[in-house]
Order: sequence, then C-alpha cells, then structure tokens
Amino acid sequence: MKQSESLRLYDRIFRPRTYTLENGKTIEEKRSRMPFILLVLLAATIFSGEITGFSISTLFSRIGYFFVMLGDMFPPDFAYMSQVWTPLWDTIKMSLLGSVIGALLCIPFAVFSSENLLKNKVVTTVFKFFFSVVRTLPTLVVALIATYVFGLGTLAGTVAIAVFTFAYCGKILYEQIETVDMGSHEALEALGMGRLSSIRYAVWPQVLPSFLSTVLFCFEGNVRYASILGYVGAGGLGLILNEKIGWREYPRVGMILLALFVAVVVIESLSSWLRSKLT
Amino acid sequence: MPEIKLTVAETLSREPKRWMVTLFIVLVSVLLIAWSGSALESNSTGGSGLAVAKGIILGILHPTTDILFTLQKNGVPYLLVETMCIAFLGTLVGAVISIPLAFLGAGNIIPKPIAVIFRVFVMAVRTIPSFVYGLMFIMVTGPGAFAGLLTMSVCSIGMLSKMFIETIEDLDKGILESLSASGCTTFDKIRYGIIPQLLPSFSSTLIYRFDMNLRDATVLGIVGAGGIGAPLIFAMNSYRWNDVGAILLGLVVLVLIVEWFSSKLRNALMRG
Repeated sequence: MKQSESLRLYDRIFRPRTYTLENGKTIEEKRSRMPFILLVLLAATIFSGEITGFSISTLFSRIGYFFVMLGDMFPPDFAYMSQVWTPLWDTIKMSLLGSVIGALLCIPFAVFSSENLLKNKVVTTVFKFFFSVVRTLPTLVVALIATYVFGLGTLAGTVAIAVFTFAYCGKILYEQIETVDMGSHEALEALGMGRLSSIRYAVWPQVLPSFLSTVLFCFEGNVRYASILGYVGAGGLGLILNEKIGWREYPRVGMILLALFVAVVVIESLSSWLRSKLT
Repeated sequence: MPEIKLTVAETLSREPKRWMVTLFIVLVSVLLIAWSGSALESNSTGGSGLAVAKGIILGILHPTTDILFTLQKNGVPYLLVETMCIAFLGTLVGAVISIPLAFLGAGNIIPKPIAVIFRVFVMAVRTIPSFVYGLMFIMVTGPGAFAGLLTMSVCSIGMLSKMFIETIEDLDKGILESLSASGCTTFDKIRYGIIPQLLPSFSSTLIYRFDMNLRDATVLGIVGAGGIGAPLIFAMNSYRWNDVGAILLGLVVLVLIVEWFSSKLRNALMRG
C-alpha cells in the first residue's frame, strides 16, 4: 500500500485506527503519542531518581529542618538595616551599569548576526554561535573568573552581569531585527542613503522600543541575579548574605532578604510601568 | 480649515518639538549611569589578572582529556548526566508545586484579592537567592544531588507559576460553554475543554525551564548540592585551568545540544 509508506515510524508500529463512515468512506485516526511520551518521561524520572537519590520518605520526615532556618529569620533584625543600605545600593548599581554596558555592546554584534542586514551567511552563523556559547556560560562562573582577573569587588560583578546581559539581549535583538519590515530600509537605500544611515533611520526605530523593553526586563532579573554574585566575592548583597549565613545570624539574613524583596518589587513595578509606556 | 500647502521642509519644521522630553530622558539616564559607576571598586590583583586570563584561555583550549572521556564518577560525562537528572527532576517537582499555585493565583478562577496574595507569595519565593535555598535544603537532606534537586524545584516555582497563570488566564471559556451546552459532564469538560488548551503551553514552558535549570545547575555546586558545579568551582579555586576547560567544554556542548532540541520541540508544540 502506498499510503502506509508515507507514515512515520511510530504510526507503522501502532497502526492508525480506521473507522467506516455511513457513506462507506474509511477514515484513519492516528494513535495518540501520549502513552509513548509518558513512558519515556516515566523512565527518565525513575532513572533521575536513582542517580540523584530522591527519597520521598527523607523529604517528609526531615522537611521540618527547612522551616527551622526560615523560622529563625522571623522577625527580621530591623536594627541591622542601617548596614544593609550600602550593599543593596551596590547591588542595584552593579546591575544597572552591567545592563547598560551589556546592552550597548550587544548592538553591533546583533547587527552582524542578522541575516537580513548582512547577506553573508558564514559571518551571521559565526556571530550567532558566539552568542549561544556566551549564553551557556553560567553567570556565577563568569563572575568567579572576573574576580580572578579584576580582583574582588563590584567591578567583577558588573562584568559578569554585562556578559550575561550581552548574551541575553543580543539574542533577542537579532531575532527582532530579523523580523523587521525591510521595505522602508530598501526604500531609503533606493533613495541613495548609505547602508548605515538607512539602518539608522529604517531598522533602528522599529526595534528600539522592544529592545529597550528587553533591556529593562533583563535589568529586573539582574538585580535578583546580582545578589548571588557576592557569594564568589563579586560584591553586593551576596557578600553580607553569605557572611551572615555562615555566622548563623538568621534574623539578619531575614532582614537582608526582606530588603532585597522590597527592592525587587519596587524595581519590577517601576520597570513594568516604563515598559507599558514603551509599547 | 483652509487647506495649507506645505513643502517638505515646512512639514518637518511643524513636527511637534520633543527635544525637551528627549533631553530630560537622556539627562536622567546619564545621571543614573554616572551614579551607578560610583560603586565600581576592585581590590587590584597586582597585575596577576592578565596572567590568570591567559591561563584560562590556554586551559580552555587544552582541556584535560582524561576527565573528559572517562566514565568514572568524577568524569565529565557522569557529572553531566547527574546535572541533567537534577535539572529534569527539579523541573518536574517544580511543576508539581506550581500547577496548584498557578490555579490559585489565576484571576479568572479565584477571586482577585486571594489571587493577589498567592502572586505576592510566588514573588517572595522567587526573590530568595538560590544558594540560600541550597543551604537550607542541605540541612534537610545532607549535601548531595538530592538537595540540588529540591533547590532547583523551589527556584523554578517563580517563573513556572507566573507563566502558568498567564496561560490559565488566557483560557477560552467559549469552548467550555459549548461543551456544557452539548451535555458534557465536569470531567469531560476538564478532559476535552481545559487540558488540550493548557497542555501545549505548559509543556513548552516546562521544556524552556529545563533548559534554564540545566544552565543554573552550576550554582548549586558551590554550596555542595551536587552536579557539575562543585568540581568546576574546586578546579577554579585551585587554578587547574585545564580541568576547568574540560568541564566548561562539556557543559557548553551539552547546553547547546539541549537548547537545540528544546527549541525544536517548542516549535513543534507551537504549531500543534
């Protein structure tokens, strides 16, 4: 039969169910792939459970210890707040500067990765691959490397955040450039405008609002990320957070987390208000 | 109004003057950036920075092949499998926790004030940095992959429930109405009306989160919660850049492969 040859492997093993309608026509309903997918997922779950040593009984019998530490954080030590301000501002400054540097740096790279601006497939592929590789580097590892190269302190954290922002915003920017309406760009080139200026006046205004919105979104996430960078000595809140956990001063840990929470809420609402203005 | 014939130049000059607004925005941005620059400080490494950078680059170019291709427990392949298992189960457990949270936080199912409470809760869960969770879970399970898994799942809750809530709020209620009009029971409505609407978007979110978890799993290593992070940090702290190169190489390749697969799968899910 010719039709069965066009079927996928799965349908050849599990034959489609055939129905005969009242008018004599036969139709086929493909078997659902759900049981197969579920089986694979189940196997993966059991395998992962074996490797990671997952045990429900440990979890339920000892989960109380999780809340012991959490309970110790309340009530937070409000008097400690006076010492939280500087690291908190450091964290925010680090993420702001890092986001700005990363966002500015990614623009030329994103232009070179866009297939509609650069007709050379090899170059765009190389640049896109570069973005992918940078994106796979864990931020914490970048921060640790940065502390070796630039020394301990906020500079290392800023570099790590800039690298992360560069990769994240760059990928989204080149995707946006590639979906841009190229008509106006061609029209400007036909009028005799140079390559760069027609990009400046035709492509740039189209991607700018969504690019700014991406950067703001990234900045929001960076504030949260910046707080863990201190763990490897890259400045900011993580530094005192790690220290206070080490000394088991949990009410102070609670205060730091509370301050971080309030800062994140304020920044998120501010940036989502700005983003709603942009689009 | 009398018709006015304008040249191009005149039309341009009649454009609303927005330079005040632009100037203000630029000024504020420049001030903010200058202000944020004030925090920059670093305890200089005394010129060893360049040497370290050179070491890193050389190490990454010459990874230790011994640990890259061994199947022992300290080899890169085993660690990568362990990391993948942590990310996989972490995403799964995270999903199990976030689905009820998402239904409780969806404004179209639960009264608005209660939904807001659950959203604030989710946001609070999201704010606590992952290594704090890691340290907390180590007290529960002891160091190891199990603690890492639990940390991953708690860290996934924030994003997962946020995306799930959006999907649930986008549910098309017309389908449910037509199902009840044709006499379906509540179970039928859930099975044929709700699940098919939610499943593609939910699984797409989960695949994306798995991708992210795989990348974030290195964070866990530094607190001793299993995965490839710990050997990586140890190697870096003892300046074994060739080992660092081997581990990073394995990680980058794995993440790239998983990312490629996940974007294929998510595209297939989008098209239905």
